[in-house]
Amino acid sequence: MLTLAHFLTLGALLFCISVAGIFINRKNIIILLMSIELMLLAVNMNFVAFSRFLDNMDGQVFVFFILTVAAAEAAIGLAILVVLFRNRRTINVSELDSLKG
Amino acid sequence: MPLTEIVFYLFGGILILAALSVVTVRNPVFAALFLVLAFFSAACIWLLLEAEFLAIVLVLVYVGAVMVLFLFVVMMLDINVAPLKEGFMRYLPVGVLVALAMAVQMFLVFWTRGSADQPMPDPRPEGYSHTRELGEALFIDYLYPFEIAAVILLVAIIAAITLTHRRRPDTKYQDPAKQVQVRREERVRLVKMKSEGGES
Amino acid sequence: MNIETILLLIPLLPLAGCLAAGLLRHQVGRAGAHWITILAVGISFALSAYVAWEVFYNDLPVLNYSVYAWAITDGIRFEIGFLVDSLTALMMVVVTFVSLMVHIYTIGYMHDDDGYQRFFAYINLFTFAMLMLVMANNFLQLFFGWEAVGVVSYLLIGFWFKKDTAVKANLKAFLVNRVGDFGFLLGIAAVLMYMGSLDYAEVFAATPGVEDQTISIFPGIEWSLMTFICICLFIGAMGKSAQVPLHVWLPDSMEGPTPISALIHAATMVTAGIFMVARLSPMFEASDMALTFVMIIGAITALFMGMVGIVQNDIKRVVAYSTLSQLGYMTVALGVSAYSVAIFHLMTHAFFKALLFLAAGSVIIALHHKQDMREMGGLGRIMPVTAITAWLGSLALIGFPFFSGFYSKDLIIEAARYSDRAGSTFAWICVMLGVVITALYTFRMLYLTFHGKSRTDEETLSHAHESPLVVTVPLVLLAIPSVIIGYFTVEPLIFGGALADSITIRTVNDTMIEIADKFHGPAAFGFHGFVTPVFWLAMLGVAIATFVYLFRPDIANWARTRFHVIWKVLDRKYGFDELYQNGFAAGGLKLADGLSRGGDRTVIDGWLVNGSAHLVGRAAGVVRRFQSGFLYHYAFAMIIGLVAIVFAFVSLR
Repeated sequence: MLTLAHFLTLGALLFCISVAGIFINRKNIIILLMSIELMLLAVNMNFVAFSRFLDNMDGQVFVFFILTVAAAEAAIGLAILVVLFRNRRTINVSELDSLKG
Repeated sequence: MPLTEIVFYLFGGILILAALSVVTVRNPVFAALFLVLAFFSAACIWLLLEAEFLAIVLVLVYVGAVMVLFLFVVMMLDINVAPLKEGFMRYLPVGVLVALAMAVQMFLVFWTRGSADQPMPDPRPEGYSHTRELGEALFIDYLYPFEIAAVILLVAIIAAITLTHRRRPDTKYQDPAKQVQVRREERVRLVKMKSEGGES
Repeated sequence: MNIETILLLIPLLPLAGCLAAGLLRHQVGRAGAHWITILAVGISFALSAYVAWEVFYNDLPVLNYSVYAWAITDGIRFEIGFLVDSLTALMMVVVTFVSLMVHIYTIGYMHDDDGYQRFFAYINLFTFAMLMLVMANNFLQLFFGWEAVGVVSYLLIGFWFKKDTAVKANLKAFLVNRVGDFGFLLGIAAVLMYMGSLDYAEVFAATPGVEDQTISIFPGIEWSLMTFICICLFIGAMGKSAQVPLHVWLPDSMEGPTPISALIHAATMVTAGIFMVARLSPMFEASDMALTFVMIIGAITALFMGMVGIVQNDIKRVVAYSTLSQLGYMTVALGVSAYSVAIFHLMTHAFFKALLFLAAGSVIIALHHKQDMREMGGLGRIMPVTAITAWLGSLALIGFPFFSGFYSKDLIIEAARYSDRAGSTFAWICVMLGVVITALYTFRMLYLTFHGKSRTDEETLSHAHESPLVVTVPLVLLAIPSVIIGYFTVEPLIFGGALADSITIRTVNDTMIEIADKFHGPAAFGFHGFVTPVFWLAMLGVAIATFVYLFRPDIANWARTRFHVIWKVLDRKYGFDELYQNGFAAGGLKLADGLSRGGDRTVIDGWLVNGSAHLVGRAAGVVRRFQSGFLYHYAFAMIIGLVAIVFAFVSLR
């Protein structure tokens, strides 16, 4: 029988995988962005699950907004990426250290 | 084993495997495609949770738009993938360790407290419209945040265009101000000359 | 002209004179400067005399009023006000009279000095400040006058500011007075704190209410409040009136021109402490302990400072130590609650000590600013007026019957003898021995200066002559009160209760009642003076001086070698200067050096200022490694933080 814990575990696994992804793909900014999308998906998964199990529509409204913001973020992130590539001819994160203190 | 559990484990497994592939494959194009698969599986699970509208939106927006954007960018940029994979093995243990630590902690939270073991509620009655419910919540209770979300999207569109837009020096533009200010002398040259006409 | 206008004019005229002579010195010129200032002080003296006449003979009621409220804050009024009673009137007359004499005398003494106008401006300013001090009706104005006379004293000691010793002496005077003033200020602060007012009348009214109160300065030690306040105030008086151990500045102040030695460092300013204690008699009466302290300090000063005078060779320094000794006498009188006697002695002393100083100055003029008595001698034939007036002043000083000093000094000795205060026997012995010492050094000075063989070199002697009239007239004018004023004022001032409206004595402390029984008029008192032990003690001093310095000068040298240790101690002035120099000054210097080295440079600069900067710098050096600029480092940090938070969430729940 499926319980709330099943869905939450699924979300947690998804989240952990994306965290690991951020760690191991530290050079490739595209994969980093994808990992962030996965993280947001994990969060959304929890929201939907809670919304269903608590019979409350507010969680899904949140998911809606997160999707909006995530889309906007992906658009701007990729735009920045394009500009970055155009200027530096690379998207290697380890070469992007202009902010170094 | 009831059908819902089969569906859950099937799509959940696909989701996990797809997510793992996203973070491990060498080629960003494959990564993007696996991400599509992951989102699609997630949408299926959301259907299981009776969030039909959001599931469809996820497929439409992410699979249809965002992922295409990703693919587009990946393919557009001439990226040398090899150096980006440097240190992959070196950081793998750390990443796995941190991920495992978090996973263990979360398992402990979900499975030992007993607070999250409530069963699935009964399915909604026939004729129930999830879209309608969400729409009511969105347009009545959350109208103002909804408007803000719209503005955020608009900003994102403008920002993306502004960032990537390039002004080329050889492109020709119109300058309406100059067009308005134009005077007759600049456009027409009156020439006085004898008519050449003879008798026709 | 009503009395209030007159009272306002008395101090303001010298101030105006000071401003005119000081700021417009080129316009008024030398003669203009002395005419303006002398006129100002002269009118001031005349008005003071008129006020005194009104107070003593026409029974003018005590005037106590505020002239100008400077500030009112938190219920405390800071104001300028005049309190005119018998004590004030007496002081005003003494101050303006001596000041006038000194002004006239200065014309001769400073004749060829470049700072002529400046000098007149200063002494006029001094007169103003001293008058403000004596006329004050509140502590604030008292303190103002107190500090103002201190400043003028500083300026005048260092009048010849190109002379190194003068500059050092005025700095010394200023610093030593600062020690006293610190106590004085503490006392005033305590008065304001516990009585809530600075006005004399209100404070005196509040005194009985706080008499039994105690305060604890150091934890565990309870002090009587009145004792604390009075001793603090008296420490101020010790500085200004040069009592042991704050006396060291007065002998050095002789670096200044002689007229101001007479005016400031003998007749008026140094008596401000005596005046202050007498003025505050209702407060001092409330504390036996403070009065005992006052008496002991006075007795020590009276005897031991006189002894130093015996070995001095500078004529002005002899007179200066004599002044110290006489101030000690006045302080003893205060200590045994004989305030009126102290004021009486203050007055007679002002006349005869100013006279002695001016006579010494006259000698100094004649010898072209030589002050060493070993190079004098036999001057009596050359300058008879100076010699005679100096003789009269000296007789007054040693207390020869019928001279003014006799009445005041004898009464002090009697008061000390009849007092019941603890330690009064010690004070009595000190003042009795002081009589011998006084006679000894006074006549030593007279003989060395005016009699015997001349030890001056021929050239100086050939120029020496009697001083001009501007010098001798003040001498004569001062000699007259020095001789007679005691005879005429002893009865009204001491026994007639002329000062009763300003001085409060508790009956248990009042020794004068006992003495009054034995008093049968000044003449009888004078004749009786010839048979008292005091007289014979004085005569003993005179005899020793006569024998040694007039007939057998070799004995002095013999005594010097024979009692070399004692002579050394006296010549070193008991080592006070060395103690202050090596103890306080050098110790302070070392302490400051240590604090600067250890506290400032090591702790503050090294640890706090630079140390904190270094600490921040080093910490930043460590922390900046985290600020790598790489995105994944920040992501690491974030995720590790997240893990930690979840861990805390799991384990703490």
